[in-house]
Amino acid sequence: MVGLLFVTFIIGRVMPIDPVLSIVGESASRETYEAAFQELGLDKPLLVQFFYFMRDIAQGNFGESLLTARPVSQDLIRVFPATFELATVGTFFGVLLGVPLGVLAAVKRGSWFDHIARVIALIGYSMPVFWIGLIGLLVFYGKLGWIGGPGRLDIFYVDMVPNITGMILIDSLIMGDMDIFKNAISHIVLPAALLAYYSLAYISRMTRSFMLEQLDQEYIITAQVKGLSANAVIWRHAFDNVKVPLVTVIALSYAALLEGSVLTETIFSWPGIGSYITTALLSADMNAVLGGTVIVGLVFICLNIFSDLLYKFFDPRAK
Amino acid sequence: MSMDSKNPQKFSSLYEWLTTDAPISRNQARLSALYMSWLELRSNPMAMFGITILLALVLIAWSAPLLAPQSPFTQDLAARLTPPGEGGYILGSDSLGRDILSRLIYGARITLYIVSLVALLAPIVGLFVGTAAGYLGGWIDVILMRITDIFLAFPKLILALAFVSALGAGIENAVLAIVLTSWPPYARIARAETLTIRDADYIHAIKLQGAGSLRIITRHIWPLCISSLVVRVTLDMAGIILTAAGLGFLGLGAQPPSPEWGAMISAGRKFILDHWWVATMPGMAIFVVSLAFNLLGDGLRDVLDPKKSSK
Repeated sequence: MVGLLFVTFIIGRVMPIDPVLSIVGESASRETYEAAFQELGLDKPLLVQFFYFMRDIAQGNFGESLLTARPVSQDLIRVFPATFELATVGTFFGVLLGVPLGVLAAVKRGSWFDHIARVIALIGYSMPVFWIGLIGLLVFYGKLGWIGGPGRLDIFYVDMVPNITGMILIDSLIMGDMDIFKNAISHIVLPAALLAYYSLAYISRMTRSFMLEQLDQEYIITAQVKGLSANAVIWRHAFDNVKVPLVTVIALSYAALLEGSVLTETIFSWPGIGSYITTALLSADMNAVLGGTVIVGLVFICLNIFSDLLYKFFDPRAK
Repeated sequence: MSMDSKNPQKFSSLYEWLTTDAPISRNQARLSALYMSWLELRSNPMAMFGITILLALVLIAWSAPLLAPQSPFTQDLAARLTPPGEGGYILGSDSLGRDILSRLIYGARITLYIVSLVALLAPIVGLFVGTAAGYLGGWIDVILMRITDIFLAFPKLILALAFVSALGAGIENAVLAIVLTSWPPYARIARAETLTIRDADYIHAIKLQGAGSLRIITRHIWPLCISSLVVRVTLDMAGIILTAAGLGFLGLGAQPPSPEWGAMISAGRKFILDHWWVATMPGMAIFVVSLAFNLLGDGLRDVLDPKKSSK
């Protein structure tokens, strides 16, 4: 945790951009420069600076964004729900399809179904997400017109939803506005399907190898000999033991989606944390970049802790 | 193998030399183990398919000046955005009238350059850190592994983004950023291997002969860590390509006018609705190459790592 902050801090320090110069301007006198230099605390030793940095972050103060001229923390609160919404919908469908796919592939090992599942996963591993996103936009939005284009809503719906949770799907449902809800769905469907495909590739492969491990065990044979139906053996015996490691895998893939959102959001002009970080990067808005990095890192760590907790909950041996 | 047709007699003796149960020299044992793995790999059609594509890629990159119909930088504004197949542009031309095929062919060099540099540097860093931590133990182990954990806790792409933005955009810095974010898993693997080897009898024997830590690590531990690292690297190569292309796409990798595939997609993005080929072609190239690496990696894992083989 402290280490994570330290690395971001160091990245911020080795930046070739002089933070003082960007405040006082090129033509400032030597005295003004020195004053600003001291005000920012840059004359103090590195460790002391790091301490100030930590103190600021603990208070939720990431400094001000050069680009939006607002505190970075406010910006982050504004953009985070969009990413959260997208990654959650993506993971949901990834799990919904990926787990059964993996289980079936393991049960029918070596069959054509297994091979198809393998090819699906391989393609998912090999496809650049920003490219397939573009193609998807071209085909489904440009040529077929089935879905909404980039962004979260059509332009005339924007700002019509009150910001309650920040997740438009939920907010519009709360308001009972079905038009906006449908419109939001038509916008989220493609990016979410893409992310779902990526998590499906990973989840189905992992599910398959976990299942194979279980199906080789002797207790499976015992269950079969007892005369249990194939379904009962697969789902109640083998799958029950797969659930535990699967939780970790799902948490990992969820975290990966948050990360993958950087590219996906750029393609779909999705106003989430990924596109926030990239635009900030390209305009050298360092406070915003560091703030965004810290937040994503924090979510990563929280997910890890959360999956550890779930692990203990599901696995009686871990208690 | 190709020797078969040229010199059958020598091949049969070479074959016997390679497949003998009782190797005479250390080199023969090594080569024969390598040959056995190769035979096994050869029976995997997917992996062979991957190897074929990669060999073709190396060949294309190597002979780029011969193969490319045009210079990748020559602009022809009169022929801008020509569709594929028209006016001598097999894969069409981009917004500055440059031949996309030629740019793809030259781009193969950049891709290979990035991948091979990262695939060389990251495992080496990981090997140093992992073996040092595993063999020396104690507080060195604790500190090194804490550092590794910190890097692992970060989302890779975002950390790479932050690094590149700190270092400045460009191919070398992109390579550096990818290396900085991808060494921790190798360190973990190398450490785990070292821990299992560390207390082996032969290590104790060498220690009694008076070998120092440095000699033990470099001469007796490293060789045993390498095979698991190689498998992991091959599996990671597709990821490296995708990350590099992603950085290029965001404008943080290779800078224009260099024909980097990710940057080419980004340049074609503006025209995607009317001129689909500009962004589609480089994406195909990235997809095929990373698919090839994935196929090869899968095959190699099956051959070299009996534990994880997917029967």
